Amino acid sequence: MMSTQDIIDTLAGIEPGSALDAVRARRLQARENAQKSYLSLFEPIDAGDVSLLERAAVAAFVTGLHGESPVATFYREKLAASAGGAALLGAIDAEIARGKTSGPYGSYPAGPLSVENTAGLIYRVSAASKPALGARLAAALEHAHLLVFRPRDAAAADMKALLDAGWSATGIVTFSQLVAFLSFQVRVVSGLRTLAAVNA
Amino acid sequence: MSATVNPPVAFTQDELGWVSWIDPLPEAELTERHYAGLVDRSRAKSEYFRLLVRDPEVLEARTKTDKDIFYNVVDGLPRAERELAAAATSRYNGCIYCASVHARFASTYSKRRDDVQRLLDEGVKADLGERWNAVVKASVALASTPIAFGPANIAELRRAGLDDAEIVDVINGASFFNWANRLMLSLGEPSK
Repeated sequence: MMSTQDIIDTLAGIEPGSALDAVRARRLQARENAQKSYLSLFEPIDAGDVSLLERAAVAAFVTGLHGESPVATFYREKLAASAGGAALLGAIDAEIARGKTSGPYGSYPAGPLSVENTAGLIYRVSAASKPALGARLAAALEHAHLLVFRPRDAAAADMKALLDAGWSATGIVTFSQLVAFLSFQVRVVSGLRTLAAVNA
Repeated sequence: MSATVNPPVAFTQDELGWVSWIDPLPEAELTERHYAGLVDRSRAKSEYFRLLVRDPEVLEARTKTDKDIFYNVVDGLPRAERELAAAATSRYNGCIYCASVHARFASTYSKRRDDVQRLLDEGVKADLGERWNAVVKASVALASTPIAFGPANIAELRRAGLDDAEIVDVINGASFFNWANRLMLSLGEPSK
C-alpha cells in the first residue's frame, strides 16, 4: 500500500535527505497515515458509495477553490486522467471560478456569538453546468463549497439534500472525509512549502 | 435525530455531547474490519466514531495521523501549544465542540486556563503573550481560505523561540483541525 511516492512530500517539494525530510521522519506515523488517508480516499478497496470519478471531481473543485497551487494542479490532472473526467473539466473550472471567495464565514446559533456572524456567498451550481455534472455531483459541489468556506453554517437539512440527491449515509461519510482531508492536505503542503522556501 | 439536543450558543471549556444527523452503525453490526478502523475498541460506544466507521480505512488512517501529531512528544512543540493550535483553529472556523475539547486540553497542559478562556471569549485576536499570539496567528492564517500563511508567520514563530520541528508541529496541528472541524460541524451538532 505504501509503494506510491509520499504525496505531501511530492507536492511540498521536500527532497529525501533534506532538513524538512528529517523533521517529518520524526513524525513517521503521521506521515505514513496522511499518505494512507490519501490512498484510502483515492484508491479505495470499495468505491461503491462514491465513484472514483466523483472523488476526482470533488477534489479538483475543492483544491481549485483554495487557489492556484501544486495541489490544485495535481487534482485537476487527476480528474483529467480519470475515466469520464476530461468531459467534466470545463464544468469544474467554470464552477471554481463562480465559487471562489474568502472564508471562513457564516452564522452561529442565535446568542452572544451572533455579533460574529459574517455574510458571504451562498454558492449554487449554475444551470449551465448541471447537465454535465448530474444531480449527485451538483449536490456534492454545493455541499463541498459549504464545507470549504462556511462549515459553521452546516445543518441537518444539508444532510437531507445529499440523501435526496442519491447519496447514501456511507457515501456522505466518505465524501465528508474527502473534503475535510483535502482541507488538511492543502494546508500542510502550503505550510511546508513556505518553511522550505524560507530555509532555502 | 434526537429530540434532546440542547445546542450551546457560546464557546466553552465545559464537556459537551455531540449528536449525529445521520445514522451511525449499530454497535451490534460492527465487524473486525470496523474495529480496526476504530483503532481503540472503546470508541464503539461513541456515536461520532460509529458514524465515521462507515468508512473504516479512512477513519483508521485519520485517527493514527491525529494521534501522532498530538501525542508524539518525544520532541517538538509542548502538548499545550499543539492543543492551542487546535483550539485556535476551531475558534476561528467556528467549531464549538472541537474548541471545547481542545481548549480544555490546552488549559490542562499549560495551567493557563484564563488565557485559554480569553481566546474563547474574545476570539483569535485576544492578546495571549508573544509566543501564544504567534501560534494563534499562524493557525488562523493556515485556516483562512485562500490560505494566508506566509514567511511573516514563520519569522514571528521563530522570534517567539520556535525551531523548525516545532513550527512543523504548529503546521500539522492547525492543519489537522481543518480536517476535524469540518467533520464535527457537518455531520452533527454539539449538545450541552
